Amino acid sequence: MKRDIEYYLRREAFPHIWCAGCGNGIVLGAILRAIDDLQWDKNEIAMISGIGCSSRITGYVDFCTMNTTHGRALPFATGIKMANPEMKVIVVMGDGDCSAIGGNHFIHAARRNIDLTAIIVNNMIYGMTGGQYSPLTPSGRFGTTAPYGNIDQSFDLVKLATAAGASYVARGTVYHIRPLISLIKKAFNKKGFSVVEIISDCPISYGKMNRMQSAPEMLKWIRDSAVSSKVWENLSEEEKKDKYVIGEFLDVEKPEYTELYAMVVERAQKLEVGK
Amino acid sequence: MEKEGSKEIYQNNSVKITVDKEWCKACGICLEFCPQKVLAADEGGKPYPVNLSACTRCGLCELRCPDFAITVEGVEGKKDV
Amino acid sequence: MSKLKGDIELLQGNEACVRGALLAGVRFFAGYPITPSSEIAEGMARLLPRLGGKFLQMEDEIASMAAVIGASIAGLKSITATSGPGFTLKQENLGFAILNEIPCVIVDAQRGGPSTGLPTAPAQGDMMQARWGTHGDHSIIALAPSTVNEVLFLTIRAVNLSEKYRTPVILLLDEVIAHMREKVRLPLPEEVEIINRKKPTVSPEEYLPFKPEQDGVPPMANFGEGYRYHFTGLIHNQKGLPTTDPQEIDSLIRRINDKIQANIKDITFLENYSLDEARIALVAYGSVARAAEGAVKLAREKGLKVGLLKLLTVWPFPSEEVNRLAQQVDLIVVPEMNLGQMVLAVERAVGGKCKVVSYSRVDGELITPLEILEKVEEEIIKK
Ligand SMILES: Cc1ncc(C[n+]2csc(CCOP(=O)(O)OP(=O)(O)O)c2C)c(N)n1
Ligand code: SF4
Ligand code: SF4
Ligand code: SF4
Repeated sequence: MKRDIEYYLRREAFPHIWCAGCGNGIVLGAILRAIDDLQWDKNEIAMISGIGCSSRITGYVDFCTMNTTHGRALPFATGIKMANPEMKVIVVMGDGDCSAIGGNHFIHAARRNIDLTAIIVNNMIYGMTGGQYSPLTPSGRFGTTAPYGNIDQSFDLVKLATAAGASYVARGTVYHIRPLISLIKKAFNKKGFSVVEIISDCPISYGKMNRMQSAPEMLKWIRDSAVSSKVWENLSEEEKKDKYVIGEFLDVEKPEYTELYAMVVERAQKLEVGK
Repeated sequence: MEKEGSKEIYQNNSVKITVDKEWCKACGICLEFCPQKVLAADEGGKPYPVNLSACTRCGLCELRCPDFAITVEGVEGKKDV
Repeated sequence: MSKLKGDIELLQGNEACVRGALLAGVRFFAGYPITPSSEIAEGMARLLPRLGGKFLQMEDEIASMAAVIGASIAGLKSITATSGPGFTLKQENLGFAILNEIPCVIVDAQRGGPSTGLPTAPAQGDMMQARWGTHGDHSIIALAPSTVNEVLFLTIRAVNLSEKYRTPVILLLDEVIAHMREKVRLPLPEEVEIINRKKPTVSPEEYLPFKPEQDGVPPMANFGEGYRYHFTGLIHNQKGLPTTDPQEIDSLIRRINDKIQANIKDITFLENYSLDEARIALVAYGSVARAAEGAVKLAREKGLKVGLLKLLTVWPFPSEEVNRLAQQVDLIVVPEMNLGQMVLAVERAVGGKCKVVSYSRVDGELITPLEILEKVEEEIIKK
């Protein structure tokens, strides 16, 4: 049975702190709708976040939740999942949280292929601290600490997660809302480390620095710069500039970490008995 | 239109749109991307249906609302009240 | 290493730490290798899975501390071990554990610092880092064993105190204690007192995760047990949700301090050597307490009325006991393998009631009994 979204919310914490039109709320809605479709039991869900506007998400949902330290959500979640593999553990991070301060934790969580779902709200900026550029700010774009244009290359999280050993990797957007819910659902169902990067809007920090004054304007930009993998393949390097590819990029089966560790326990206990 | 606390309810015999005026932050997303141009902004920038009969109950306004401030009932697959 | 209990064994300090932790019910370890603590990780990797526990080698100490907190919240008694450089990295999430009242134990096998310092030489340079390493006002419990036997028993105490007071507890070893071997009688499981965190007695609907009971400690539900609630590094109300209400802020910060200070009697372990009728006291901890004990013996042979107060609990500092001591003796000497860290706490506790002098060594060498005796005699001549 479908439930009202409010069933999953901590009502007393609303209205939430996010700015008008902020994509964080759209992401929250998509996550909750995916959970509702899967009919997961609220008691079995742990939602863990780092620090940033997007990471405030965990304060609003009626699960076992943790708003941890900047960049560290994945290792906290790893501890929870190892201690209680029955729990369904969802990790929500901002682009800075995940790829800058938490970059090492991200590649190692993927390398272990531990059964967590990492959702990265990529608004291409440090929102909470007021619009400094992040490792996912595209080259040439502006941030308060890149007032003359960003000279850094940006990470491609999809490639990073794939190379590091994840089992499922996808990219969606807050504009393409129904496909986004499906991607999240698939990630949740995946045994192993699953990643959904979500291109999102921060009209206040990113929008203002990059000549998009409103949330609808930002969503139009997101809509117009997203292309499917099929289209992407046929674009020249020049055409790919300022565009990004969305969809599913990896979906493989391989041994998951808590299951492998259960085998370690078995081996250790057999040895003990043998002695 | 009926009121229920901070909620404004607009209804005809096929669709019911509810807007929580307290939670809505007047971002304009629902209005801008409604495929049928059902919604318009009140003086505070918050949505109300000007053309309820055109609503196809696609649910996009609800799904994209960052503030859980607008709901559409009668949408396929969603619990009807 | 196959037997876990009930035997007399020749154990290294780090091995005793592993045994103590397992006896106390620890079932989760996350860490990152660093001398002189690595044998703890190695022991845990070998023994934890035999007991159905979990061992994780993380990508760094920040992640290790995070994983330990996560595992504790999910219901496993958890421990991590490191040395100075790693201890520094753990400070960020140690603060999270303090604020969120997460039971866990952090072992710091101290080595010379600052920075990479002296990886294989003993030091006691992290005493203040243990106290104030993480930012913001907080209390902390830190224990410092000086024998392998004490490592075993203080590890058990550390786990128990962390559960009882819902707080991280630091176990301060040093390179000597970590690596030396001594005979230890491992207690039988039934001889070990085990304290478990208080569980809520109310329904999930009524549960307030940060509402204290009389002792200042809130009952703790583990994730996955039907109680859904929030942890945050932000200052929070009793529900666990962020707050900016000055009264709620004040009451939380004071409570997480007071719950330790108010129970200081229960937390403090000290040992006296020849303190009756002593006119001069040594105050020492860790491997230096061994030399101090030797110095007391030498002094007594010479007819000098010297005694030793050995601190097994270093934080919260046992001010009352030290103040009482100051009323009895004319002089307190504090030998330390640092430039004088705990001596500051001693002076503060003494409050001018007797003379306090520091004896320091920071060259990576152990302090010897003879040196301490010489220092005492030098002070006697000065008088
Ligand atoms: C250790 C540490 N360094 C810096 C900060 C300050 N800080 C808070 S949020 C943030 C960036 C958040 O950006 P992002 O992760 O992209 O999330 P967003 O706010 O855009 O959702 C920073 C740098 C912090 N809280 N902790
Ligand atoms: S600053 Fe940006 S990311 Fe943060 S709440 Fe506002 S719009 Fe959202
Ligand atoms: S349900 Fe669809 S058609 Fe109806 S108002 Fe919302 S967006 Fe417009
Ligand atoms: S999308 Fe939601 S918050 Fe934005 S204007 Fe519409 S109802 Fe209000």
